[in-house]
Amino acid sequence: MSKKVLVLGETREGALRNVSFEAIAAAKKISGGGEVVAVLLGESVSDFGNELVAYGADRVITVEHPHLKSYTSDGYGQAFMAVVDQEQPEAIVFGHTAVGKDLSPKIASKLQTGLISDVTDIEGEGDDAVFIRPIYSGKAFEKVKLKEDGVVFVTVRPNNIAPLEREERSGDVSSLSVDITNLRTIIKNVVRKSAEGVDLSEAKVIIAGGRGVKSKEGFEPLQELADLLGGAVGASRGACDADYCDYSLQIGQTGKVVTPDLYIAAGISGAIQHMAGMSNSKVIVAINKDPEANIFKVADYGIVGDLFDVIPLLTEEFKKVM
Amino acid sequence: MNIYVLVKRTFDTEEKLVVSGGQIQEDGAEFIINPYDEYAIEEAITVRDAHGGEVTVVTIGDEEAEKQLRTALAMGADKAVLINTEDDVEEMDQFTAAYILAEYLKDKEADLILAGNVAIDGGSGQVGPRVADLLDINYVTTITSLEIEGETVKIVRDIEGDAEELETSLPLLVTAQQGLNEPRYPSLPGIMKAKKKPLEELELDDLDIDEEDVEAKTETIEVYLPPKKEAGRILEGEIPSQVSELVSLLRSEAKVI
Ligand SMILES: Cc1cc2nc3c(=O)[nH]c(=O)nc-3n(C[C@H](O)[C@H](O)[C@H](O)COP(=O)(O)OP(=O)(O)OC[C@H]3O[C@@H](n4cnc5c(N)ncnc54)[C@H](O)[C@@H]3O)c2cc1C
Ligand SMILES: Cc1cc2nc3c(=O)[nH]c(=O)nc-3n(C[C@H](O)[C@H](O)[C@H](O)COP(=O)(O)OP(=O)(O)OC[C@H]3O[C@@H](n4cnc5c(N)ncnc54)[C@H](O)[C@@H]3O)c2cc1C
Repeated sequence: MSKKVLVLGETREGALRNVSFEAIAAAKKISGGGEVVAVLLGESVSDFGNELVAYGADRVITVEHPHLKSYTSDGYGQAFMAVVDQEQPEAIVFGHTAVGKDLSPKIASKLQTGLISDVTDIEGEGDDAVFIRPIYSGKAFEKVKLKEDGVVFVTVRPNNIAPLEREERSGDVSSLSVDITNLRTIIKNVVRKSAEGVDLSEAKVIIAGGRGVKSKEGFEPLQELADLLGGAVGASRGACDADYCDYSLQIGQTGKVVTPDLYIAAGISGAIQHMAGMSNSKVIVAINKDPEANIFKVADYGIVGDLFDVIPLLTEEFKKVM
Repeated sequence: MNIYVLVKRTFDTEEKLVVSGGQIQEDGAEFIINPYDEYAIEEAITVRDAHGGEVTVVTIGDEEAEKQLRTALAMGADKAVLINTEDDVEEMDQFTAAYILAEYLKDKEADLILAGNVAIDGGSGQVGPRVADLLDINYVTTITSLEIEGETVKIVRDIEGDAEELETSLPLLVTAQQGLNEPRYPSLPGIMKAKKKPLEELELDDLDIDEEDVEAKTETIEVYLPPKKEAGRILEGEIPSQVSELVSLLRSEAKVI
């Protein structure tokens, strides 16, 4: 049976997030030929509708309201449930982002359905779809499915499910008006700590530094290499705690979970909480003075050496060939 | 203030993991309080010490979980509740866990409920918000700071590295993120006292829950380890030649640049 699938589209710094396109691709698989309807919530979001269509949504519904300017679980919950009531979907896909993680359990609870969180792959299509997700801090995986009839609800980890090819297509973008009341949370301020530009969770190349980087300045050679490769700089908790960089760069269980094509870990020992955030990367390079460092266990390539020798040389070498 | 903390006994993921017959082997494994729940316990104790009241730690599990509850009592919690599902529930998922916890909590008039933002084994981060929804109270996830001033609760939460400052009110459920506090270690007198603190054991019957009501909505078909990576290649030779070898490997073998 084909399914109607709702997908929550998300924006960041005035643009749609890649994970929303990936969520549409996931929704297509789950739909088994059914309709994929993207949902955009915000103060003013209708301009993004066509882009979601270009990435595979058949239709887009927007809910615009001043109370949706900042995310709150009450505001977004009311808006999304209004769309659910109108559309009666058989499946729902969110990104496993700050918003997705916060909102999905509430919606799943209201729909009294199972929720399969942090999915990295989907096997099969339509009714046969089975979901794969990391468990035990990324040390194992489980295959999960919904047990009985009910809304199939999943959140997808960014950078794991390939988006569909962008194509100029047409699809209806309509708005739904929802009365949003009684917000129990009032957002006062957001202290932006994240660097502008490349979103770590969506970066294809990440150069990450740990306590071995030793200072703020120590991150400069990493930044230079990242810039050259069109990537982003990340960090371990150790580096953040030592104040060499901001917490927004932190990768791991507490920080961002990333799946780049290339992850270079410099001066990072490889604690399980760090690996939980990067062990799914396609290729991992470790640079560490200590040949016994745990990080070498997950690395595809390793250089035992001083990162302050290796990183600048790497930059020079890449410059020669690029 | 009437404070509840949801505590999960988890597999210590720093330890080696063995899978056989499609299941994680638990024999001989180390179990701990989920680290994010330790932040929740610490915060609960701090709030109680500042505003008065009582901290009750609650877990769903089997007898083994008593150990983690005693540790929470030794840290300073006042009471513990073990909802023992061993005989009643075969398969549990996040729906099941949240339903049982909410049924337990619904008549407790909790002012503040704290949970971890995610369990390091199951890793879904669903249980906190689901419980709040079932109790129809507000929730705030991944908090790094909590201040209660009269009716107002001031919170800072981590949103993908940015710090969001917000205000809300009690009753409330929050989930703890690393950075909220530094959990204390149980002291020796704390451990002695914990032995005498009340630890109540309940079963589904005591909560008037039917087994059918808590049937899991999802089904784990298989658990497996990631495909064994070939041992990584540690390059050799002088550093400059290692670096040029690495660049050519990344371009021609791994094809990521
Ligand atoms: C609940 C909880 C959650 C956590 N969440 C996270 C998380 O999300 N992310 C995270 O990263 N950590 C997290 N941690 C912390 C984690 O356990 C480690 O403490 C942390 O990852 C260590 O950081 P590090 O590898 O930079 O530092 P260290 O472990 O100190 O390692 C530094 C490494 O640098 C190497 N080194 C030193 N100098 C050089 C040099 N010049 N050249 C090359 N190598 C050099 C050393 O050999 C060493 O291996 C968490 C911990 C807990 C308890
Ligand atoms: C592969 C696999 C198989 C499993 N099989 C079984 C099984 O056969 N039988 C069984 O009983 N369980 C089983 N579980 C565990 C069960 O599914 C989870 O404990 C439960 O659904 C919680 O989900 P979570 O781990 O994603 O927690 P999260 O939602 O990530 O937890 C967030 C927070 O919720 C609170 N919380 C979570 N669980 C509990 C709890 N039990 N008690 C109190 N507070 C809690 C804690 O504060 C925790 O920090 C299994 C888990 C996995 C991964």
